[in-house]
Amino acid sequence: MTIGLYTEFINTIHEPREAIMSQAYLSIKGINKTFGRFQALRNIDLDIDKNEFVCLLGPSGCGKTTLLRIIAGLETPTSGSITVGGRDITLLPPAKRNFGMVFQSYALFPNLTAYQNVAYGLHGRKLSRKEVDKKVCEVLELVDLLHLRNQYPAQLSGGQQQRIALARAIVLSPDFLLLDEPLSALDAKVRVKLRQDIRELQERIGITTIMVTHDQEEALTMADRIVVMQDAKVMQIGSPQEVYEQPKSPFVADFIGAINFIPGENSAPEQAECSQLALRPEHIRIAPQGEGIRSIVRSIEFRGPFYRLSLLLQDEWGRHTEQRITVDVSAHISSHLNLDKDSVVWLELPPEKLISFREPEVVKV
Amino acid sequence: MELLQRLLVMLTVLSLLIAILIPLWSLLSKAFLDNKGSYIGFANFLTYFGTPALTRSISHTLFISIVSTLIAVTLAFGYAYGVNRSQIRGKAFFNAIAMLPLFAPTMMHGISLTYLFGNQGLITTGFFGHLPFSVDIHLYGPVGIIISEIIYIFPQAYLIFITALTVTDFRLYEASESLGAGKIRRFLTITLPSIKYGLISAIFVCFTASFTDFGAPQAVGGQYNVLATDIYKQVIGQQNMSMGAVVGIILTIPAFIAFAADRFVERKQRSILSAKSTPYRIGQGKWRDRSFTVFCWVIALAILTPLVTTLYASLIQVWPYKLNFTLAHFDFSHVAAGGLSPFWNSLEVSVLTSVIGTLAAFIFAYFIEKTRYLKGLRQFGYFLSILPLALPGMVVGLAFIFFFNNPNNPLNGIYGTLWIIVLANIVHFYSVPFITATTSLKKLDREFELVSESMRVPFYKTFFRVTVPMSLPAIIEIAVYLFVNSMVTVSAIVFLRPADFNLASVSIVNMDDAGDTAAAAAMASLIVVTNVAVRGIYQWFVRKVRRRTEAWQTHQ
Repeated sequence: MTIGLYTEFINTIHEPREAIMSQAYLSIKGINKTFGRFQALRNIDLDIDKNEFVCLLGPSGCGKTTLLRIIAGLETPTSGSITVGGRDITLLPPAKRNFGMVFQSYALFPNLTAYQNVAYGLHGRKLSRKEVDKKVCEVLELVDLLHLRNQYPAQLSGGQQQRIALARAIVLSPDFLLLDEPLSALDAKVRVKLRQDIRELQERIGITTIMVTHDQEEALTMADRIVVMQDAKVMQIGSPQEVYEQPKSPFVADFIGAINFIPGENSAPEQAECSQLALRPEHIRIAPQGEGIRSIVRSIEFRGPFYRLSLLLQDEWGRHTEQRITVDVSAHISSHLNLDKDSVVWLELPPEKLISFREPEVVKV
Repeated sequence: MELLQRLLVMLTVLSLLIAILIPLWSLLSKAFLDNKGSYIGFANFLTYFGTPALTRSISHTLFISIVSTLIAVTLAFGYAYGVNRSQIRGKAFFNAIAMLPLFAPTMMHGISLTYLFGNQGLITTGFFGHLPFSVDIHLYGPVGIIISEIIYIFPQAYLIFITALTVTDFRLYEASESLGAGKIRRFLTITLPSIKYGLISAIFVCFTASFTDFGAPQAVGGQYNVLATDIYKQVIGQQNMSMGAVVGIILTIPAFIAFAADRFVERKQRSILSAKSTPYRIGQGKWRDRSFTVFCWVIALAILTPLVTTLYASLIQVWPYKLNFTLAHFDFSHVAAGGLSPFWNSLEVSVLTSVIGTLAAFIFAYFIEKTRYLKGLRQFGYFLSILPLALPGMVVGLAFIFFFNNPNNPLNGIYGTLWIIVLANIVHFYSVPFITATTSLKKLDREFELVSESMRVPFYKTFFRVTVPMSLPAIIEIAVYLFVNSMVTVSAIVFLRPADFNLASVSIVNMDDAGDTAAAAAMASLIVVTNVAVRGIYQWFVRKVRRRTEAWQTHQ
């Protein structure tokens, strides 16, 4: 069974998805940004619906933070425009854009209490003391920190500080919320908890949110839609399921989750173009002895709920090939297999899970 | 808001230009003019280098600075090493003693040496003949200047070394010990490299300070001329402004080299410490502790003795004949000071310098560090702000004469008033406060301004409500620094004070010149006591602020 047979089949299900929004709330059109000779953003188009939660995801230096800063008004784009609710805000200073922002460092004022931090932006807005108090308490209640309102930031845990920062950002009822790597300074456990908290809060008050992150898991779990960026360009926009299951490029496939790249072989000679196939480790199945592709175990990694096997494929005559494959096997199944280093395993690559890329791209796995 | 910020940044840079760069320019150009104001190219320089009496000062000054720097840096390193890396008793005491010379005018070190080693000195006369022997070190001349300079620059070197020694990573010591390196090897391969930049910096700071000092050579230099006293003689004695400018430029050259080197070192120094570094742990060492105890006591006494002697001399009737107690020398009405008014004037000038200078340094540092428009202009402002580091006080004073004494200058009005003294002091001492303020501002989250902006809170509100309270310790430190330095300085203001407006530090020079040494000692003592008191209040205040703000202090 050769892999090349499936190329054509895969290509047919791989229709490019055109996002056609009738009325986008926040619309980014043709944004370019250059710093001297360096191009930080290249022709960025992005439409965001009202109350949508969008993640800008990419490795460091891909331009996602620059894009967020342009949306916030902290940088001016070299060209392009941004509209919010039909209003062009491209050239407006941050103060006139009506957004809330949460930073990686929280940026809470250390000499003000949690309450004073949240109330900070409400003063001087022609609100009575009572109205301010009501709003602040409401929001503190919302993030479940009303009881800590008189504490200073230094007296709060990292997660609590981040929730205060969030409360401070939403108390002014902004049109949209910008989160700049809000969770990356936190411990793993707190981070997971806060993901849910932020998402719940965002749904409850219904606010358009754009979050920058380099953590693919964060993006997958929180976002309605993920914008994957690389080298100043948008590589793909789609729901978490779409970018995971139907990545449009080897980069996206590799950046989000683990993936095996397999060179595609075209059996039909008239199809000169070479294609590449990819398959997630969890989709590969261990076949009964003698069926499927023969491979040999190079290493076994225990990951708790499952084992990650690193395998070397062999050809029909039992000779090693260069092709390495990673396979995830649940702990349950693995216990029946008696796996060990150098033992032989037969693999089944389910065709419906194969991802193919038309453009040949050299990607190191 | 954006417009306002841009405007304020421009205003900041404009003020720096007017106060620093343009006066400096008038000094530079003056060196190429004759006394009638016509351009004569390098003629002044040719005259200067053709006059052996003048050029000799260059080698004198170089000799003085090199010798004092070598001795002071060596002693300060040993002392700092003892305080930081051994288990001697009384570290707080030794630390305080090392700072003492900072609170005294450099004239005072010279005067105190007169009392010890002068013709009637305690040591020269063998404790007024009570001892069977006596020692004459021939104080007046290079010896006296060098000793004074050592006392003067010792604290500065000490402070640099203490900081450099504190910034270390103990894991390196543990690693090398586990690899079997001995004590000497560890010192040579870890300690010395880790303070390398501190050492370079200390050498440059000390060299510049002793190269440009005016007080000590004035007090004990005798016939031994140095550049700083030359400027004084050219300008005050012979009214030869152009030649004064020439000497001023020569005086500035090593300072500029030191300045450039220090900037270079500063840039290199940054990435030594990582967040995981562990502080140095002092191990056992009986002999080490004993030798450092002796060494530190010797140094501490060497610092204390002259100071105490001066204080004592100011409180007795006639040195060394009538040793009974009197306060008569503190009545300055019959000497050059003409009463206590110079002291009150100095206080007034120092308070004004401190208040205005602190405001300027902090606010300018804020605009340069914390705004995000006009990047190029702000970088230029930063450069202008650290430029005074390279300017000797005498050069600032001279530059101010040339710039402000020009009748065409709209700011001519402040010439001959107390305000020009205040301005000269601020410019002279501006850089260290500016760097202190910048460092403190850098510790604050960059995003405070952005958060406020996104909440539509004007930047000045955040400045008053967050930035200033958070930076309070730095602000007080700046204020004290400016006060103390304005009290002791002579160099910048000796040219600028109005005839009817004397200052305490300058009056010491006058009284010492006129032979009223006891009165000079009394005035110097007054200055030291005032400075120590201000410093004491500062310590008390800082502790109080710390306690009150404990709740919101993060572990920085």
